Amino acid sequence: MTVQPLLDVKNLTVSLPAAGGRQHGIVRDISFNILPGEAYGLVGESGSGKSVTSLAVIGLLKKPLRTSAGQIVFKGTDLRTLSSRAMRRLRGDRVAMIFQEPMTALNPLATVGRQIAEMFVLHQGKTWKEAHELAVGALASVRVPAPEQRVHAYPHQMSGGMRQRVMIAIALACNPDLLIADEPTTALDVTVQAEVLKLIQELCTARGTAVLLISHDLGVIANMCQRVGVMYAGKIVEERDTYELFSDPWHDYTKGLLGALPRLGSRQRHGRSRLVDIDSIIDDRSRLTERLCFEPRKLRAGAEVRP
Amino acid sequence: MSEPLLDIDQLHVHFTLGGGLLGGRRRTLRAVNGVSLELHQGQCLSIVGESGCGKSTTALSVMGLQPPTSGDIRFRGKTLIGAGAPDRTDRALIAQMVFQDPYASLNPRQTVYSSLAGPLRLHGKRSRSEIDERVAMMLGHVGLLPEHAKRYPHEFSGGQRQRIGIARALILDPQIVVLDEPVSALDVSIRAQIINLLLDLQEKLSLSYIMISHDLGVVEHMSDRVAVMYYGQIVEIGDWRSIFSTPTHPYTRKLISTIPDPDAILREGIAETLPEVHPPAGMRFYPEDVSMPDVYAEPPPSELVQIGADHQVRCRPAG
Repeated sequence: MTVQPLLDVKNLTVSLPAAGGRQHGIVRDISFNILPGEAYGLVGESGSGKSVTSLAVIGLLKKPLRTSAGQIVFKGTDLRTLSSRAMRRLRGDRVAMIFQEPMTALNPLATVGRQIAEMFVLHQGKTWKEAHELAVGALASVRVPAPEQRVHAYPHQMSGGMRQRVMIAIALACNPDLLIADEPTTALDVTVQAEVLKLIQELCTARGTAVLLISHDLGVIANMCQRVGVMYAGKIVEERDTYELFSDPWHDYTKGLLGALPRLGSRQRHGRSRLVDIDSIIDDRSRLTERLCFEPRKLRAGAEVRP
Repeated sequence: MSEPLLDIDQLHVHFTLGGGLLGGRRRTLRAVNGVSLELHQGQCLSIVGESGCGKSTTALSVMGLQPPTSGDIRFRGKTLIGAGAPDRTDRALIAQMVFQDPYASLNPRQTVYSSLAGPLRLHGKRSRSEIDERVAMMLGHVGLLPEHAKRYPHEFSGGQRQRIGIARALILDPQIVVLDEPVSALDVSIRAQIINLLLDLQEKLSLSYIMISHDLGVVEHMSDRVAVMYYGQIVEIGDWRSIFSTPTHPYTRKLISTIPDPDAILREGIAETLPEVHPPAGMRFYPEDVSMPDVYAEPPPSELVQIGADHQVRCRPAG
């Protein structure tokens, strides 16, 4: 028996209306699925559509962006058919999200304890008193030192790494089935980044939470995910097992992306060469064969799709 | 070895916090605490470390934007600090800086031409044709076209803006270029282009770089020498090969082993592949615990101990 995917995104298109009634496809006809407990990564550069994909999944696209085609099947239900009220109940409870910048994602006027407790009150019908005690436990689970005291702290009193831990505590408070993490450690120092990634990995493995990780950092994706989708100009151009992707990339764009990265140890092994310039691959149209073909870079902001 | 181009000698930069109108306990933050570095002609010297380690403060002192509390910075043997220091105009010919954020570091109201021509005029270039020629040549060096000179920063992408930032830093032919996280705000593909450009320019114009970065992949790729800073002090310094093949100080090892590196999964985590190291006889590494430093306390005496031809690590006597 095959395992039913937890999230099955089919032919998703997100479009932006343009002048003259045309539609620009920001995300164009992409499909991917995530199994229960699996960590799936979407990697790509700015403007590739990876964050828009994650916002479409959790139903937080801002107008004028809208999901114009496709299905987002989560545990057998197409999320596009849900009312905004039902979606709100699901969000934070079954599907939760961590954002890049913890200072802007947290409410500066409420204590972190209150912001965690809110999850238990809204989704599990607890009283504030019970919820507050659960919040202490949630803070302890993300390894914030002295959780009894820190629940009374405001976000500005915490460091970037601690705030991101609070975000994780809020996201995982109700034991969601799927955690969406959009560049969760981009704003952090490397050693703090390593700690936060390890924390996400350990907690999600222990609770069986599936992860959709969005990142521009191939290293982060490599360390966290079992499978990876590489996004370019609104499409997934290659989807592979992580190990295979990094050891033997197929698509020219993936090869370009890996070659553009100054990789630790490569100068010692192979000497210093110039890094791969992806644009020069793209401009050199004559070299492109059918399989290697990907669209010119100016398409990154959205190519036209039929409405 | 020949005389260094730039010699930073026991640089200290301390900030006094509190004790003003708002009260609070008066404390001294030791941002840079006895840093000594030498930059040689044509080299790229990188300073790595995390936020707050003092790497940018050190760079600002080189630029003359942050007066040191004590210590000296000498350019070709002449001091840049205090009474004997050159004035701003002369100093501009010694060191120029490329900033991290190409969106914030260009004046949105100035065309590329006026950003580049301004310094030339201030330095006595009067002839319009001479200025035009120099601006066009510099744009060519950084991979832009002469007609780009008429445009404003908002008409360019992030990568192109960083090229403009580099052109602006190079327009006066400075002896030293300080690169403060030159590529960390850029996308992977653009980052590769800018790194290639910086390496090409270094060869073509025999530039000397001081690069501030937290990205060890970029540092390994670009540097000749590397200094690892940890809370105001250099904990390990050496040629790039020694630093990356036998990282010795616990902090350097921590930095290297925590980088999420795509190759790490192909060989089961980098940490295990680092060669085992021991402190020199009778010494122990300082600091040994690299998690909780006290930035206000005066650190106990320690020294950089030679462990290779060009490789030093901070230690203090054992016991």
